[in-house]
Amino acid sequence: MSLPVILFSIVAAVTAFGALGVVLSRSVVRAAVWLLFALIGVAVMYFLLGAEFLGAAQLIVYVGGTLVLMVFGVMITNQGPFAGLRTKSAEWIVGGTLAAALFAALATFSLKAAAVPATGDDALPSAGPLGAAFLGVPDERGTAFLLPFEIVSIHLLVVLVAAAYLARAKRRVNAEVPPHG
Amino acid sequence: MADLGLAPFQILAAFLFASGVACFVTKRNAIGLLMGVELVLNAANLNLVAAARFVPGLRIEGQAFAVMVIVLAAAEAAVALAIFLNFYNNHASVDADAADDLKG
Repeated sequence: MSLPVILFSIVAAVTAFGALGVVLSRSVVRAAVWLLFALIGVAVMYFLLGAEFLGAAQLIVYVGGTLVLMVFGVMITNQGPFAGLRTKSAEWIVGGTLAAALFAALATFSLKAAAVPATGDDALPSAGPLGAAFLGVPDERGTAFLLPFEIVSIHLLVVLVAAAYLARAKRRVNAEVPPHG
Repeated sequence: MADLGLAPFQILAAFLFASGVACFVTKRNAIGLLMGVELVLNAANLNLVAAARFVPGLRIEGQAFAVMVIVLAAAEAAVALAIFLNFYNNHASVDADAADDLKG
């Protein structure tokens, strides 16, 4: 066994265990901690695949941003410290069957696709070429992502304004109060 | 890395995807549902990056799409949490089964 295989096995085990923990833990806070392990595992996978920029972005945006946002959501909305909502056992059966069927189907497909050997195994382009592609500088094959980059930027701006609007503190406007002065 | 190939990454991604689906089928807490969605998006992202590494034609596309998915996931989480906060303000709970006001 070579080093990448060993590393992959360890990190994959941690990631899969974290994902399983998210599903099985009843408390949302514990699910958030398991999600932390799964997200860090995926980030380490990116590093293993040679996509350093994506691994760093995953750590910064997901682990540092999204997960903290979720923990704040849990903090604000949870009544008791470990007040979990019970899932009915019928829902466990349906969800488990669905997930098992999906996993079996997807794993079968990917094993079949692996029969066709993947040829390319070079180092991935680093952050420089990626940023150039996002800024509209075409690479040797002419791919550039200026328009998607702009669309995603505007989308992010609009969505964050909308989120701030939705989550703002509501004050009842009292029409009876006479204007000052 | 060459002896590993694309399939192990795809199987791990399939597992993450199945866990995410199980999560948003079984969880009743709305923030738990959001965690399932994050798992599904991470599974898609892992597939994209693995494809970028092992499929020659996707060298830069896979990474670029993965960056976009990360940005869109952050946006999705922000707006979904804002909606859940609003729902909590109106219903004093985050039980997804309680969100049936539109039922006729």
